[in-house]
Amino acid sequence: MAITPPENRLWWNEPLHRMEIVWITIAFLWGVVMFLTMVYWHIAGQQNLSNEAYRVKPDAFAAKAEAMVARYKVREEGDSKIPVVRPPAGGDAYLIARLWEWWPILELEKGQSYRLHLSSMDWLHGFSLQPTNINIQVHPNYEMVLTVTPTQSGEFAVVCNEFCGIGHHNMLGRIYVVDRK
Amino acid sequence: MAETPSGGPAGDPQGERLPPMQLLLDNPFLLLFIGVAVPAVLYTIWGVMEVAQIPVAQ
Amino acid sequence: MANAAAFRVCPETGLKVCHHAEILIKANAVVAVVFLAIGGLFGLLVALTRWPAVHILPADLFYLALTAHGADVLLFWIIFFEIAVLYFASAVLLNSRLAAPKWAWFAFALMLVGALMANVAVLQGESSVMFTSYVPMKAAPHFYLGLIVFAVGALIACFVFFGTLVIARQERTYEGSIPLVTFGAVTAAVIAVYTIASGAIILIPTFLWSVGIIPHLDSIMYKVVWWGMGHSSQQINVSAHVAVWYAIAAMVLGAKPLSEKVSRTAFLLYIAFLQLASAHHLLVDPGISSSWKVFNTSYAIYLAVLGSMIHGMSVPGAIEAAQRRRGLTQGAFDWLRRAPWGNPAFSGMVLSVIMFGFLGGISGVVLGTEQLNLIMHNTLYVPGHFHATVVAGTTLAFMAITYLVVPLIFRKEIMFPGMARWQPYLFGLGAMGISFFMMGAGTLGVSRRHWDMTFADAVLKFEYPPAAFLMMGLNGISALLATLGGIMFIVIVVGSVFFGKPRDEAAIKRNPVIGPSGGAAVSQYGGEATFNLPGTTILVAVFFVSFVLYYFINWKYLSEVWPLR
Ligand code: HEM
Ligand SMILES: [Cu+2]
Ligand SMILES: [Cu+2]
Repeated sequence: MAITPPENRLWWNEPLHRMEIVWITIAFLWGVVMFLTMVYWHIAGQQNLSNEAYRVKPDAFAAKAEAMVARYKVREEGDSKIPVVRPPAGGDAYLIARLWEWWPILELEKGQSYRLHLSSMDWLHGFSLQPTNINIQVHPNYEMVLTVTPTQSGEFAVVCNEFCGIGHHNMLGRIYVVDRK
Repeated sequence: MAETPSGGPAGDPQGERLPPMQLLLDNPFLLLFIGVAVPAVLYTIWGVMEVAQIPVAQ
Repeated sequence: MANAAAFRVCPETGLKVCHHAEILIKANAVVAVVFLAIGGLFGLLVALTRWPAVHILPADLFYLALTAHGADVLLFWIIFFEIAVLYFASAVLLNSRLAAPKWAWFAFALMLVGALMANVAVLQGESSVMFTSYVPMKAAPHFYLGLIVFAVGALIACFVFFGTLVIARQERTYEGSIPLVTFGAVTAAVIAVYTIASGAIILIPTFLWSVGIIPHLDSIMYKVVWWGMGHSSQQINVSAHVAVWYAIAAMVLGAKPLSEKVSRTAFLLYIAFLQLASAHHLLVDPGISSSWKVFNTSYAIYLAVLGSMIHGMSVPGAIEAAQRRRGLTQGAFDWLRRAPWGNPAFSGMVLSVIMFGFLGGISGVVLGTEQLNLIMHNTLYVPGHFHATVVAGTTLAFMAITYLVVPLIFRKEIMFPGMARWQPYLFGLGAMGISFFMMGAGTLGVSRRHWDMTFADAVLKFEYPPAAFLMMGLNGISALLATLGGIMFIVIVVGSVFFGKPRDEAAIKRNPVIGPSGGAAVSQYGGEATFNLPGTTILVAVFFVSFVLYYFINWKYLSEVWPLR
C-alpha cells in the first residue's frame, strides 16, 4: 500500500504494466511536441514577444515620449487635454505608464508596423490591449521595444492589468487604428 | 549503527546490491541536493544573469 | 534516547503514533483551518465585489481584502496544513518518534506569529500590495517581517521532518524503503527548502528596503527571485496533494500504487524540474531571452508535466485495480460506479483528481506556454487557473484527508455525517464554478485584481463584452456555493474536534474509516499485471484528447491577434 513500505525490497526491478509504458511514452512525446511548438512559433509564427529591452531612467524615457508628442501631435482630447499623437508609419511610438494613466493616446495606421516603446514612471503596470487581448508587463527603469502591426481599425483600450494602487481601476488609455488613406 | 556495505538499511538482508536508481530514490539528502541545485542554476542564476545583461539605453 | 517519546498504538491502522507528533499535527491542522475560514471569508467578499451587480466593497477595502485573501489561504492555510502532512507522513507512517519536538513547537510559534503579524499589517491598511508585493510599491515593514518569520518557522519544520526520516532509519522503525506517501512528502519538503530559500533571498532585502536601509531594488530581479518562492510554493502543494491522493486511496480502498518505480520516478521529475515553472510569471516581462523563457516555462521539455500525467494515470489506475480485485470487474466503469461515493474522504479525493487534471492542469500548461501567455497574462484567466489547482485540487484534497485525520488522530467521530456526505460535492462544484467562470472572463480580456470592470470613474471609456459581465455574475454565484461548502467543512471539523464523541471500540467497529485492505491480495505485487484497466485507459484517453484540442484552440486564438515581433 502507499502508506506502508513497498513489500518488494527490490521494487526498482519490478516489471511495468503495459498501460504504463504506453502512457508514459505518449505523455513524453506530447511534451516534446508542445516544446517544439513554442520553438516553431518563434520561426514561423506572427506573434512573438520581443526581447529587446534597455535600462532607462524614467526622466530619460519621458523626454523621448515628450519629444514624440511635440513633433507628431494631431489633436487633444477630453477635459484633461490628452494629446493624440500620430507617429509616422514604421517609426517609433512611445507609451508612458504612470499613476494612473497611459500617456499619450496613439493613433496608428492599419497594416503598418510601429516600434512601440513601453516603460513605467513609478510602479509596475500592465499593458492590456482590449478587445484584442494582448497583455504585456511594464516595469519602471526598463524600456521594452516591440514591433506591432495593427490588423483591425477602430478604437482600442489600454487597460492597466497589474495592480498599481488605489487608482488602478481608473487607469485606462486609448489607441486609435485608422485605415490608410 | 553500522552501515552495511550496500548502504545501511537501504541494503537488503540478503546482501544483494540495490540498483543505483533505487539508492538515489531512497536517499532524501541526495534528492534535496538535486531539488535545490537544479532550479538554483537553471532558473535563478540563469535568470538573474539575463536581467543583469540588459543593456543601458543610449 | 534524548526524548523519551510516548507512543500509542492506533487500533485502526496498527501504526505507532508518537505523542509529540500527534499534538503537533493537531495544532498545525487546527490553525490551518482557522486561516482557511478567515481567508475564505475574504475570498467571498472579493468575489461579491467583482460581481458587478453586487459590488459590495469600496475600492480600498477590496484591495485590502484581496491581499488578505491571497496571503491567508495561499500561504497560511496551505502551509500550516502541509506541515501537519509532513509530520504525519514521517513520524506516524514510519512508526517513529518525531525529531526535536521542541524545535517543532518553536517552528509552529514562529509561523503563527509571522502569520498574525502579516495579517495585522494588511488589516491596518498600509499594506494592500497583494501577496506578491511587487516592488517598488511598498508595504509596511512588519508585512515583510511577518512573512520572513513565517518562512523561517516553516523551514525549521521541514528540517524536523528530515530529522525524523533520519531517526526512523537509524532506529529501524520500518523495513526497506519509505512508503510512497512519505516519498511524496519528501518531494514536498525538498521543494519547500528551495522555496523558502528563494523567499529569504528576496524578502530580507525587501524588508531592509522598506525600513530605508537599502535604497533601491530592481523590479525584474525581484520578480525572478520572488517567483522562485511564489510558484515553487504551489509545487509544494502539488506534491503534497498527490501524496494525499495516494494516502486516501490506500486507506479507504486499500489501493496500492500500480508500480512503486513509476510513481516515485514521477516524484523525482517533480523534485528536479517542477520549480523551473516559476518562469510562468515572467513570460511577458522585458529583456529576458526566449531561451530562458521557453526552457524554464516548459519545466525542461515538460518533464514535470510528464510526472503529473503519470500520477494522473496511476492514482485512478490504483483505485481501479483495487476495486477489480474486490470483484467489481463488470464493464469498464462498474468499479467507479460502485465506489464509496458517500464517503467524503473518497469523493473529495476523486473530485480533486479530476478537477486538478482537467481544469487546473490543462489550463496551467496553456497559460504557461511562452507565446500563449500574451493573450492571458494578468487577466482573470490566471486566478481561474489557480483556483482549479489550489482550491479544487489542493484544498479539496486536504479537506478530504481531514475526514480521516479527525477519526484517526483526533480520535473523534465525524459530527453531522449527513452534511459531511455532501460537503465535498458542494465545495467542489463551487470551486469548479469560480475557476471556470474566471477563466471565461479572462479569455474575454477582463483584468485580474481590478475593482471596477465598468471603468465608471476613468477619464476614458471602455466596456468589456456583455458575456464577461455574465461570467462575473456566475462567478459570484459559484463563490456563494463554495463558501457554503467551506462553512459546512468548518462546522463539521470544529464541531467534531471540540464537541465530537470520542471514538471508542464500538465506534471503530460500527464505522471503520480504514477500508477493507484486502489483506494479502493487496500487498502482493504483480496482481495488477493480471488485470486490465479499461476504465482508467478510457479516462486517460479522454483527458489526453481534451488537452490536445484545448491546447491548439488557444494557438488559433493567438494567431488572430495583432502580429508582434
Ligand atoms: C470561498 C472560496 C473562494 C472564493 C470565492 C475565491 C474567490 C476569489 C476571487 C474572486 C479572487 C479575485 C480575483 C481577482 O480579482 O484578481 C481570488 C483571488 C485569489 N484566490 Fe481565491 N477564492 C476562494 C478560495 C481560495 C482558496 C482556498 C485559495 C488558496 C488555497 C485561494 C487563492 C487565491 C489567490 C492566491 C488569489 C489571488 C490574489 C491576488 O491576486 O493577489 N482562493 N479568489
Ligand atoms: Cu497601472
Ligand atoms: Cu494598474
